[in-house]
Parts: sequence; structure tokens; C-alpha cells
Amino acid sequence: MMMTASLHPALIFFLGALAVALLRGRAQSVALLLVPVAGALNLLGLAEGEVARVTLFDYTLTPLRADRLALLFTYVFHLATFIGVIFALNVRDTGQHVAALLYAGSALGAVLAGDLITLFVFWELLAVTSVFLIWARRTPRAIAAGFRYLIIQVGSGLVLLAGVLVHVQQTGSVAFEFIGLDGLASWLIFLAFGIKCAFPFLHNWLTDAYPEATPSGTVFLSAFTTKVAVYALARAFPGTELLVYIGAAMTAFPIFFAVIENDLRRVLSYSIINQVGFMVTGVGIGTEMALNGSTAHVFAHIIYKALLLMSTGSVLLMTGRINGSDLGGLYKTMPVTAGLCIVGAASISAFPLFSGFVSKSMVMAAALEEGYGWIWLVLLFASAGVFHHAGIKVPFFAFFAHDSGIRAKEPPLNMLVAMGLAAFLCVFIGSYPWLLYDLLPFPVEYHPFDSTHVVAQMQLLFFSALAFTWLKLTGLYPPELPSVNIDVEWFYRRAAPRLLTGLIAFGRPIDLAFRRIALVRVERAIAGVFRVHGPNGRIARTWETGSKVLTVTLLFVIVLVLAYL
Amino acid sequence: MEKKHIFDKPENVKRLLWIFYAICAGLFLIDAVFHRHVIHAWENLFGFYSVFGFVACVVLVLVAKEMRKVLMRKDNYYDDDR
Repeated sequence: MMMTASLHPALIFFLGALAVALLRGRAQSVALLLVPVAGALNLLGLAEGEVARVTLFDYTLTPLRADRLALLFTYVFHLATFIGVIFALNVRDTGQHVAALLYAGSALGAVLAGDLITLFVFWELLAVTSVFLIWARRTPRAIAAGFRYLIIQVGSGLVLLAGVLVHVQQTGSVAFEFIGLDGLASWLIFLAFGIKCAFPFLHNWLTDAYPEATPSGTVFLSAFTTKVAVYALARAFPGTELLVYIGAAMTAFPIFFAVIENDLRRVLSYSIINQVGFMVTGVGIGTEMALNGSTAHVFAHIIYKALLLMSTGSVLLMTGRINGSDLGGLYKTMPVTAGLCIVGAASISAFPLFSGFVSKSMVMAAALEEGYGWIWLVLLFASAGVFHHAGIKVPFFAFFAHDSGIRAKEPPLNMLVAMGLAAFLCVFIGSYPWLLYDLLPFPVEYHPFDSTHVVAQMQLLFFSALAFTWLKLTGLYPPELPSVNIDVEWFYRRAAPRLLTGLIAFGRPIDLAFRRIALVRVERAIAGVFRVHGPNGRIARTWETGSKVLTVTLLFVIVLVLAYL
Repeated sequence: MEKKHIFDKPENVKRLLWIFYAICAGLFLIDAVFHRHVIHAWENLFGFYSVFGFVACVVLVLVAKEMRKVLMRKDNYYDDDR
């Protein structure tokens, strides 16, 4: 293996996980914080364009390909890990810390993979490491949701493996490069990416499992899995027009669910799909500006979504509740958390000077430039919608609305620090985007603070807020209700089990009748055999010697006659 | 007695709302003097972004409210299937 000064970034995380598993107390906390820091220092030594190859049997594997696209993802993954471990520092659960580091390491391994086999290995590792962040909640709900998550995630890996095998068979190459939709192998790989990316109808694992994870677990989960999938799509399927429509659907449909959802972390899970939709649309458009927009949006999104999930996670930790119907008025005793949550809300809503604005608008501008007028309208609708549910609904029902009477304290200092750091980055990227623009795969010729963009966005957002205000004051706004809303998961959590029980109930009498008939037949056969071979049967009878002689003579006669014929 | 917080006083809420309405009105009227460079023809319509944002959210909420009739189940709907 050729390597210069640096280690493989994933290796640092895996070794760090080992250290964290062995250490306890303060030493463990130090190790946790050191992993992303050491990783970041290691990244500095990693030259752009560096490639490491190993030969395994007949194939040349490329466990490390550090080009601009991959490096951008590794930067934000390090940042997310750093914020996440600070937020999780007060958690006394070694398993969670180890799982989080292994999960982050797997994400790094996947985006740095230069070949499809390495990608597959890290793709599956993402699944099996992250599920522990869900199980760590240790509630029956979380454990069941974790199993459903694991089955779907590992399933995605198996589809990927099938696609890779066909692809290698057809092309003879394991290289992870542009694939494009063409033939069985590419469709299988596309489907595998689509499952992890939460395409419509394949999305429900996300909204099912993420809200069941621990407060810090959800922060890690929101950062890695879907973004690795976006990376994989950007690598293998840029400019695939189908992705434009899939992405637009992803931006639009979850916001309806988010409006009527009661669990605020589930509301945010739906908005992950909405935001990933913008990234997928950008990959589908495939121009330099669109791909820049998508990757910039990955960067911005990971941080503000972490911030939103940290603030709601703090609410969950401090009050034991997360349903909009149970919360309200928390700004009185948790003003700092409320303020930080609002920064996250402003960022996801793409307010000018907050991070979402400088990235999302690039995708939308690209859609217009490439003549996707209707798609642009859908994205505009989704932009208004995301402000409505993630920007207003989450902070409003948690911290304002009616006073729930809960007087919870601010979360521990480490959690506030993590949120503060994320909030700082949201504002920093939003007001000084050029540092981020310099990291994008292509040169940026986009001016986010152009007055046209700013005025249009302010009009859109303020009038969305006006709609909320009007609906709320007139009582038209649907109240937060303790409820669950069925989604695609209904088919595998309800319909399929019911159908199966139904089929079993229907088939049972038929099965029983067949068995009865068969049993009668078998009994008859046994009786028949017994009649012949039993103690009194013909075969078992003792024969006299004379009769035997007669039989033998008869046989001879028959043979003789036959011989003469 | 617990101390009064900022939004416990209805007049504070009212004040905030008036400021908000004033900003909305300003943003709506800015279209009269502001000439944007547009790509999509609809962007030139007076108040396009304002009206779109308002209508989009009202439609979103009203449709979602109707969806509840089909999709909403009890809190413990799935709990017995473990």
C-alpha cells in the first residue's frame, strides 16, 4: 500500500473506538474528543488527489481516493463527529460512544472508497454500527425500530452487492466511477443508493428509526447515512434526469407529513428527507453549479440539522418528552436552548445570513437555468414548507405556544457548547460562504447576496410565516395531537403481517383436511401390509413341506412350457 | 409567584405581531420599486414570491389537515405488533 504521511482517515476512527472501549471516565472523554481532532490533523497531511491501492486476488482495490468531492465530505464528517462527541460527552454509555465512532469511521471509509467492493464493505458497516445508536435507547419501541432499520439497511447493501457483481461481470472493473442508468447492474446499484438516500416509498426506515434513537444517537444518524448516499449518487449518477424528479418529490411529500406529526424529532426526520431532496435534485441536474449546490447543501445541512436535533434532544433529555402536544413554554427556563434552536431553524429555512441560504439557492438557481421551471416551483413550495414545519413548528411548539407548565432546566454545559459551536458555524457559513465555496468540487460563480435572491427569499419566508400566523389565529391550524400517522411502513408493519396471519388462518383448515386424508391413506396402507405381513398374515403363515414341493414343481412346469414356446 | 415572562403579557405578543405585519407589508410593496433580474416569467408578477409563500403554506396546512382523516391513528397504534 502506498501512503505518504497520512493514515487512512477511517483507521483513526476505528482505533479511536477501540481506545474509547477500553478507557473509562475522564480518559474516555479525552479520547472521544481527540479522535476527530487527530483525524482533522491527519486530513491536513492528506494531499488532494491522493490514491492508495492494494491488490486482492485478481482485483485492484482502492481503499483511498481523496479527490475534491470525497474530501469535502470527509471535512464535514469530521466536523459533525466533533460536534456530536461534545454533545454526547455526558452520556455514560461506552457502547454508544464506540458505535458513534465506528459509524463515523464507516462513513469516511465509504466516501473515500475508490472501488465498489470497498464501498460495499463500508456500506454494510454503516448499517451494523449505527443500529446500536438506536438500540441504546433500550425501549421496546427502539429495539423493534432498530431491527426494522437493520433489515432495510443490510438489504440495501445486498442489493448493492448484487449490482456490483453484475457490474464487475459486465465491465471487468471494480472502479467506483460514473455509472449512469444503463442496464441491470446500474439499476441495482441505483436502487441500493436510493434506499439509503430515502427515495420516496423507500424512505420510511428513516422516519421510523431516527426518532427512536438516543438524543445524541439521532445527531450522529442524521449526519452520515443519507449523506453517504448523496455522495454515492453524485459520484455514480450525476446528470441522471430521473433524479431531478425523485429529488423534487422528496422535497415536497415529507412536508405534509411533517405538518401533522406530533413527535418533534420525527418532524425533523421528515425534513431530512425534504433537505436531501434538494441535494438529489442538484445531482440530477448535474451541471457544475447544481453539483456545487448539492455538495454545499450537504455541508450546511449536516450542521444545522445536527443543531436542530441537538436542541430537540436537549428538550427530550431534560423533560422526558418530545411530543408537540406535551411541550410548550420552555423558553422561560431554557432560553439558551430556545435561541440556539431558532438559529438552526433559521438556517434550515434558508434565511439570508444563515447557512441554508447560501447552498440551497444554488440548486434552485441551477434548476431555473436548466429550464426545469415546474421543478423550480416544487422546490419553491418545499422551501416555504420547510420553513413552515422545521423553521416555525419545531421551535414554536417546543419553546413557545401554550405554557405546558414544564419548568425544565438548560441541558448540561457540554451540550450547550456543542449547540453553540454548531450555531456559530451556521451563522459563519451563512454570512461568509466563500470558505465553503472554495472547497466545492467546481469553481463557484454564484453570488448568493445578490439583492434579487435576498428580497425574493425574504418575501417567501415572511409570507409563509404570515400564513402560519393567520392559520393559528383563526384556529384553522391543525392542533398537535397525540397520534401516529401511517406511512409506507404500514405496508410492512401492518398489512404484510395481517395478510400473512390471514393466509395462515385461511390455509389452516385446508391443510388440516389434506393431512386427515393423508393420514387415513397411510393408516389403510399400514393395515393392508399388516394383513399380509402381520403375525396372522398370509406371508407369515407356516407352510407344509408338501405344499412347497408342489409349488416348486409347478414353477418347473411353467419354465418348461415357456422354454418350449 | 413565578416571574412574568416576556410573552406572558398579551400586549408584548401584540406588539411583536404588529412589527411582523409591518415587515410583511414592506416586503410586499417593495416589488413596486424593486426591479429584479429574472429567469422565470412568473418572477415578474407583482408580489409573486409573497403570494406564493402565503398560498403555498395555506394549501400545505389545509391538505395536511385533510390527510389526517386518512392517516391518523391512535398513539399506540403499532405498539401491539412487537
